[in-house]
Amino acid sequence: MFLTISTIGTDQRPATDLGFLLHKHPEKAQSFSTAHGLAHVFYPEAGAERCTAALLLEVDPIALVRRGRGTKGRGSGSPDFALSQYVNDRPYAASSLLAVALSAVFKSAMKGDCKARPELAAEPQPLTIELPAVPAKGGADLVRRLFEPLGWQVDAEPLPLDPTFPEWGDSRYVGLRLTGTLRLADALSQLYVLLPVLDDAKHYWVAPDEVDKLLTRGGGWLAAHPERQLIIRRYFSRRWSLARAANERLELARLAEADDREPEELDNAVPEETASPEGESADPAAAEPVEPKPTPLAVHRRAAIIERLRAAGATRVLDLGCGEAALVAELLKDRAFTEIVGVEVSARALAIAARRLRLDRMNERQAARVKLLQGALTYTDARLTGYDAAVLSEVIEHVDEERLPALEYAVFGAARPGTVVVTTPNVEYNVRWESLPAGHVRHGDHRFEWDRAQFRAWAEQTAETYGYAVEFGPVGEEDPEVGPPTQLAAFTRTDTTTTPKGA
Amino acid sequence: MTDTAETTNDATPRRELAVPDLSLVVLVGTTGSGKSSFAAQHFLPTQVVSSDACRGLVADDPNDQAATGDAFDLLHYIAGKRLAAGRITVVDATNVQQESRRKLVELARDHDVLPVAIVLDLPQQLCAERNSRKPDRAHFPPRVLQRQQSELRRSLRHLEREGFRKVHVLRSEAEVDAVGIVTEKRYNDLKHLTGPFDVIGDIHGCRAELVTLLGKLGYAVTRDAEGRAVDAAHPEGRTAVFVGDLVDRGPDTPGVLRLVMGMVAAGHALCVPGNHENKLGRALAGRKVTVSHGLKESLDQLAAEPPEFVAEVREFIKGLISHYLLDGGRLVVCHAGLPEKYHGRTSGRVRSHALYGDTTGETDEYGLPVRYPWAEEYRGQALVVYGHTPTPVANFLNNTICLDTGCVFGGRMTALRYPERELVEVDAEQVWYEPVRPLISDAPGAREGRPLALTDVAGRRIVETRHHGRVAVREENAAAALEVMSRFAIDPRLLAYLPPTMSPVGTSQREGYLEHPDEAFAAYRADGVRQVVCEEKHMGSRAVVLVCRDAEGTAGEKRFGVPTGGQIWTRTGRAFLDDLTVPGVPAEHGAVTRAVLDRLRVAAESAGLFAELDSDWLLLDCELLPWSLKAEGLLRRQYAAVGAASGAALGAARAALAAAAGRGVAGLDVTELSERQDLRAADAAAFTEAYRRYCWTVEGLDSVHLAPFQLLAAEGVNLAVRPHDEHLAWIDRLVDADASALLRPTRRLVVDTEDPDSCTAGAAWWEELTARGGEGMVVKPMGSLVRPEGGRLVQPGVKVRGREYLRIIYGPDYTRPEHLTRLRSRALGHKRSLALREYALGLEALDRLAAGEPLWRVHEAVFAVLALESEPVDPRL
Repeated sequence: MFLTISTIGTDQRPATDLGFLLHKHPEKAQSFSTAHGLAHVFYPEAGAERCTAALLLEVDPIALVRRGRGTKGRGSGSPDFALSQYVNDRPYAASSLLAVALSAVFKSAMKGDCKARPELAAEPQPLTIELPAVPAKGGADLVRRLFEPLGWQVDAEPLPLDPTFPEWGDSRYVGLRLTGTLRLADALSQLYVLLPVLDDAKHYWVAPDEVDKLLTRGGGWLAAHPERQLIIRRYFSRRWSLARAANERLELARLAEADDREPEELDNAVPEETASPEGESADPAAAEPVEPKPTPLAVHRRAAIIERLRAAGATRVLDLGCGEAALVAELLKDRAFTEIVGVEVSARALAIAARRLRLDRMNERQAARVKLLQGALTYTDARLTGYDAAVLSEVIEHVDEERLPALEYAVFGAARPGTVVVTTPNVEYNVRWESLPAGHVRHGDHRFEWDRAQFRAWAEQTAETYGYAVEFGPVGEEDPEVGPPTQLAAFTRTDTTTTPKGA
Repeated sequence: MTDTAETTNDATPRRELAVPDLSLVVLVGTTGSGKSSFAAQHFLPTQVVSSDACRGLVADDPNDQAATGDAFDLLHYIAGKRLAAGRITVVDATNVQQESRRKLVELARDHDVLPVAIVLDLPQQLCAERNSRKPDRAHFPPRVLQRQQSELRRSLRHLEREGFRKVHVLRSEAEVDAVGIVTEKRYNDLKHLTGPFDVIGDIHGCRAELVTLLGKLGYAVTRDAEGRAVDAAHPEGRTAVFVGDLVDRGPDTPGVLRLVMGMVAAGHALCVPGNHENKLGRALAGRKVTVSHGLKESLDQLAAEPPEFVAEVREFIKGLISHYLLDGGRLVVCHAGLPEKYHGRTSGRVRSHALYGDTTGETDEYGLPVRYPWAEEYRGQALVVYGHTPTPVANFLNNTICLDTGCVFGGRMTALRYPERELVEVDAEQVWYEPVRPLISDAPGAREGRPLALTDVAGRRIVETRHHGRVAVREENAAAALEVMSRFAIDPRLLAYLPPTMSPVGTSQREGYLEHPDEAFAAYRADGVRQVVCEEKHMGSRAVVLVCRDAEGTAGEKRFGVPTGGQIWTRTGRAFLDDLTVPGVPAEHGAVTRAVLDRLRVAAESAGLFAELDSDWLLLDCELLPWSLKAEGLLRRQYAAVGAASGAALGAARAALAAAAGRGVAGLDVTELSERQDLRAADAAAFTEAYRRYCWTVEGLDSVHLAPFQLLAAEGVNLAVRPHDEHLAWIDRLVDADASALLRPTRRLVVDTEDPDSCTAGAAWWEELTARGGEGMVVKPMGSLVRPEGGRLVQPGVKVRGREYLRIIYGPDYTRPEHLTRLRSRALGHKRSLALREYALGLEALDRLAAGEPLWRVHEAVFAVLALESEPVDPRL
């Protein structure tokens, strides 16, 4: 990875004074051993009018992997993580590694120390900084939003992914040139903080305590930055994902990789933004609303479900596909529900659910009312028989339509609760979501979204097959034309059989 | 069968106390009566659960009366665990109170074992003396003993009524000293009989069909002077086993009884009772029964027989044992089916279950009891053969089979040859009796369309494999597999196989190489494998293809219960092409899959593979090309991104270095650094070339290719164990028969590992393949499944990947000496072990499929392959 810093000289002050500021002699090529490989500083040009210092970091990719394994929580010694750990852009792109190298090689300059020319360090200089490949999640636009408020003129040019395949479009990299008149120390510290923010990489080689250092480095300019929220949020989500990487069971990630997929494609039961430890950032500053609050539709949905459960007189309830247990938490507040069982296939969602419910700290009486189980609704599960009611809230649309009969049998045929409440999106309503592009489903994992007639047909058929009566209701504000955003079906068992019924 | 033994005080002959080999032995006696000594003398220490010991465990003091409640909870818990596991258990506690004995009798019943009481009714004086000699009991007030003694006395007469099936009472020290314990086998335990057997389904008075069936099975029928069949014997000494319901409804119940009773008496047959025998027996014993369901026919027919014969029938029925364990416990025969926990157990509940089966307590629209589908839940090792529920065809379900094919209703009479597992049938000569309801096809055992149970796959498991012993699946791996299987995989009924991982070749020390064919040839030579086949590695993604003979789904429905023309899936069981769009193919779910299968089906039909293998479906192991079809996301995200970043960064760096060098400053020598960046740039360019070979734009179905390299299975046969030359011959025919652009041949070269020239030729072939940009090759033993005498399986194949291809695995500049040196220290042990375990599981799934085993058994092995794929192994291997 590579960057150059250039300055222009004046009559009073030759450009080569840059060497004093950087503490690196313009007539020498120097090498420094850093945490992630050898860093070289040399000057492609060093004249009185113009002087350019270059930093070239030769990342040792193999050592990088080995170091990564050495960090805490990962002492097993087996190189078992994703292939992307071995083949990646780290040796080339200006990422967090370059930031770390900057702070090591230009430590004094970044602090603003310059014994030889103290007045130089304190003054803004005409600077041009070039980075040929900056990974930028958010693209050239975000690069401008991050650097322009700091006084830079930004030229950010997206790099094509592969000219052989023009249909692939641009890569996530930009060639970046920053021009402006700033204190060198500020310029360096801005790069130090903002390069990792732009990168927003999943695999991150900076230890958590370094994240804190990065934030203090932001000093004065960060407090006033209009994108402060985004900067902080990306740091904190990174810190969380670091913790996650250290603790998470990697089995699912390996299965994703066996099929040439990203772990997130499989492990998508929990949205990224809710996956942080307490559901929100630990940083009070970040608690200000950044994005709209969770849609009140979820609240409507839980209320509608609970109303149905109460009406049925259910006290022992299954929440099938409980996700992060929001409904379970709601049910716990009502003592009429004496036994609440959350069933979920995603181990990650279950872990988050347990943490959210604070199961380990719950008093015994409360804890005795709630249970979380890993289970899969395409398999029959003897643990789920004999309950008053089961809830399938926003679950069926995550099952392939071909596999729905298995779920129907497992729930209506084998578990056979007295009442089953099912909610699912009403696809007709999608035209009312402004943020949803036409023809798109509401969640990437939705295998289908039904209109009211389709849902009704499915529910009536299922009820008929398994001996239930069914009635329907809206959830959320009902639109006269397209109906409610969510549709609900409440099934009531009509034959008294409690044993598995032949499909 | 109660056996109360009383002996007089003056005579003390040696006496044997009979105890069933699985029973709960309850010692009864006051403190000081010597129960512990008695138990220690006659039983193993581990067989005895003592209340004192339990007090000690929970309270550190065996005499702490305050701990009695907890101590007995523990005692019952331990005893329960032992009984559940089928182990005889002796309870050493006073048990003088009726209440404490009642709990033990309940415990025995809960586990369907017989409770036995051994009473030590010794003089109070003697007990008191013994207590006084024990320091920890010396302080017991005399009234305690007094009370216990009177409670014991009051109890004695009631023990049998309390439910003890045997009661042994010992009244003196001399008597106690003179006894020995003999364990007796349970009546249902015929494990020592190993057959072979012919198990015969429900007969219901169909004497003529029975005689025909016995003839077909090879039995010679003996007739009496009146020409009536009275015995039948098999020349090879086979034993017939009747599952009961010999009687009622049919035309000649006495004839059937005469023949079966004759065979049983002669030792040519075994017989368990059916519910119809049970009721007939009660009727013959003069009990009041409702004469229905064909009992009238039996009674009328028997009325025409001499009374001696009827008396024989009554005794015969009375002596029938509810079920038998045969062949070391591997075969269980009973009338109406029996869950595993009842096998070999003895209780009223077990007998009733064996005779009537499990019912839900409801009745159907014909007024007949609704049967609980116990066989669906059966997971036992023993084959359970039963009858009772008439069904059109006898089918195996979860290692159970119902042989009642409704002969008396005009169906068939069915026998099962064991251990051959072959069905032998004869048609009914006519409808002898009109059924109340039509024969139902969804009787337990007749269908397998129901979902699998979570307990088939979840948690830590051991999967027994034919070729590699027991393979363990850890809980966390099963949990990950559950997520993928339930959320992303195709219907398990179609998912009969997942491909195993493959280990790379041993690491090469050759300069500039990490992998080279020489190590593969050497390793197989060392394993004694002479002939290996090198097959080119196709540059695509692994795909398993199920193609059914008709696109309409008739064959799919018949074999897999899914009306489909086939499916194509990835290594983790996802539908490969269902959601892809290909120009020229309708943009609907599954259309690309169907289009590809159509082409393959035509080729397979014209190559004659369906006909030759006598199968309506074929399962193939393939590569699907291009890789970019599935992995475009990965290619863009991971590979193209590296190419883009490296080009930009190294370009800028090299330009800057050239400028620095151009300054001509002595202290600024960047020559070496420059050279290194030039090399890195060349490596990065080579990397970009390497991944680009896997990408091409799919412009239509003609740019989608399938390269099959193995036929995995067809109806009734696991083909994966066949030699590779056989496979390649099939594949070549298939490819030749393909008139579309779908199929690609697999280039190959056979190498003799003992012949240096042949090995050199193999290496040269690989060099040539990979120099042209090929991914590499796979080296497999020609014999496919190879196990040296008494040894472990040989790796079924190793991959030898091309030097350029490995850049996209180990990084663009992995070939640089300083990197290669470190990379050579890679450890292959876990990968090799994983490859073998997954291979064995894959074969196991195919074997189970071939044997027509139930879905859960096939799924268990397939699921285990997926679970193992989540084990931590270096992903670069």
